[in-house]
Amino acid sequence: MRAYIIRRLLLAIPTLLGITAVTFLIIQLAPGNPAAMASRLGGEGLTDDAMSREIVEQTKKLYGLDKPIPVQYALWLKRLVTFDFGTSYKDHRTVLEKILERLPVSLQLSLTSIFLVYLFAVPIGVYSSTHQYSLSDNAITVFLFILYSLPNFWVATLLIMFLGGGDFLNVFPIYGLVSDNYEQLAFWGRVGDRLWHLVLPITCLTYGGLASISRFGRVGMLEAIRQDYVRTARAKGVSEKVVIFKHAFRNSIIPIVTLLAALLPAMLGGSVIVESIFSIPGMGQLAFESILARDYPVIMGVTTISALLTLIGILLADICYALVDPRISLE
Amino acid sequence: MKRGSEGYWAITWRQFRKRVLAMVGLALVLFLALVAILAPLLANDRPVMMRYEERYWFPALRDYPRFRNVDFAEVVAGFDEGDFAIFPPVRYTPTQYDLVERLKGPTPQHRLGTDDRGRDVLSRMIYGTRISLSVGFVAVSIYIVIGTILGALAGYFAGKVDMVISRFIEVMICFPTFFLIIAVIAFLPPSIYNIMIVIGVTGWTRVARLVRGEFLRLKGQDFVTSARALGASQFRIIFWHTLRNALGPVFVSATFGVAGAILTESALSFLGFGVPPPTPSWGDILSQSRQYIEFAWWLTVFPGAAIFLTITAYNLVGEGLRDAIDPRLRQ
Repeated sequence: MRAYIIRRLLLAIPTLLGITAVTFLIIQLAPGNPAAMASRLGGEGLTDDAMSREIVEQTKKLYGLDKPIPVQYALWLKRLVTFDFGTSYKDHRTVLEKILERLPVSLQLSLTSIFLVYLFAVPIGVYSSTHQYSLSDNAITVFLFILYSLPNFWVATLLIMFLGGGDFLNVFPIYGLVSDNYEQLAFWGRVGDRLWHLVLPITCLTYGGLASISRFGRVGMLEAIRQDYVRTARAKGVSEKVVIFKHAFRNSIIPIVTLLAALLPAMLGGSVIVESIFSIPGMGQLAFESILARDYPVIMGVTTISALLTLIGILLADICYALVDPRISLE
Repeated sequence: MKRGSEGYWAITWRQFRKRVLAMVGLALVLFLALVAILAPLLANDRPVMMRYEERYWFPALRDYPRFRNVDFAEVVAGFDEGDFAIFPPVRYTPTQYDLVERLKGPTPQHRLGTDDRGRDVLSRMIYGTRISLSVGFVAVSIYIVIGTILGALAGYFAGKVDMVISRFIEVMICFPTFFLIIAVIAFLPPSIYNIMIVIGVTGWTRVARLVRGEFLRLKGQDFVTSARALGASQFRIIFWHTLRNALGPVFVSATFGVAGAILTESALSFLGFGVPPPTPSWGDILSQSRQYIEFAWWLTVFPGAAIFLTITAYNLVGEGLRDAIDPRLRQ
């Protein structure tokens, strides 16, 4: 087991280098880069007005874009190793500081949402698979299919429109994480206020993952139920409950665990939309704002950090997978 | 004479046809394609066909210099006996604005209402179909090509080649795709081509993994060995003999991919990083609705429903196709 974990971690090193290379490639597109500038000539570029000329100069200086490529890459590597992404063009605070301030908010949102996804998806998957082709299974399948195809920015706007005031119902707050009178509230009042603010954003962040994980869960269970060991268990007279939960369920849950690794980047990506719609001060909103302002150091910082977070997620999922399934090895 | 046995695609079509929901999805997909192709004939302020001054004209299809800045209501007023004009069902172009009529809900003139410049929402949605479908198809074609080539090489050659390509895939998976897309978009001048390319270049990992898996499965089979024994070149073995047998799952993935790319494009437009104005796009209409969210429900409901229906249609076709090529599910 220890050997597996060590080898898995070693395999992550080339991936890490790959991440640095891809982010470096993105920087090569930056205005201020001679090659990118040449390709931009004549087009409706960003270099037309004075403000963007300033951005170009800053970017050129920040990433040393006038130096040869290997030197540029070395500079970028050095920045990554020290987590020094430079300072924001907008408020001159360091990018790392800005991200560390926003990260807990986004993690709180995505971890809550992942928890809810599994809390609901696993029972739904088990229920539909044990009642295959029944009326309730068909209804669940159709419902999940619809959830799966609903764009979250549409759902968010609809929820705000019909449940967030204006001409229609006013049930939920649609702005930020806490109310204006938060400071005056008692402890439980504060908890309630926070939770009340989270209802809509968490809903928008959760339902997509819920739909896909439930569908995977159902298929996984159906496959497990068809296996020989389930037939054997039934044949020797094990009760149906034990067959389902001990024999089939335990085997079907393993692939679902690895989907965690795919869920995290999807959540972080989705947070751009959800956080900017609901004005939640997380990484997603930071990304959105910095792209509007062409704040390149922040954009690069957010992109790199989110990739690193995902890599950590993938590694954790792989290690969990190996822990629960003794058959896994790196052969 | 006995005819040869049924081919792979004939069997797939026969299986596909049996699935009602899949056929509904296909009908919707074809309908949307027709709307996109016929957009100028469906929403236009010029007649599709007109008899005037003893001649037939097709002003919606051709640009006649003499009608360039003409109000067709006046032309119609000057009709002689026997002259006629057939107007499109929606008599507004997507960019034609009328500030008096701004932000009106559905009326008999503007069946889906107007936006904040008094442009007809239905007309903009009809033209928006073109943007959505073209981004979907071009982006997916780009990533199918990249994913197929990389996946085929990894699966066929295995060993070191596979190691390198698999690492590369893992690197790309680490980036939350939506973050990566908006980061790159932030560096590029706004244009529909950049959006297509960025979605294409960032989306290929799923196809690559799929094709790699198929090639690992197929390369030991007899037809590959016999092709090699007959002296076929490696290029021919990979991209002719083996690839044709791996195409089924690729098509399934491509169908789901079109849904995904349409979703991404509308999310980008919704955030304001999409196709530059005044080009009409579904996401762009939705993003306008955020400013008037207290009352302008028609700006939210209709374009969102169009996105949802399109995604559902492609997902239905994808599911049908996936079940149709799965021999275990043959009916």
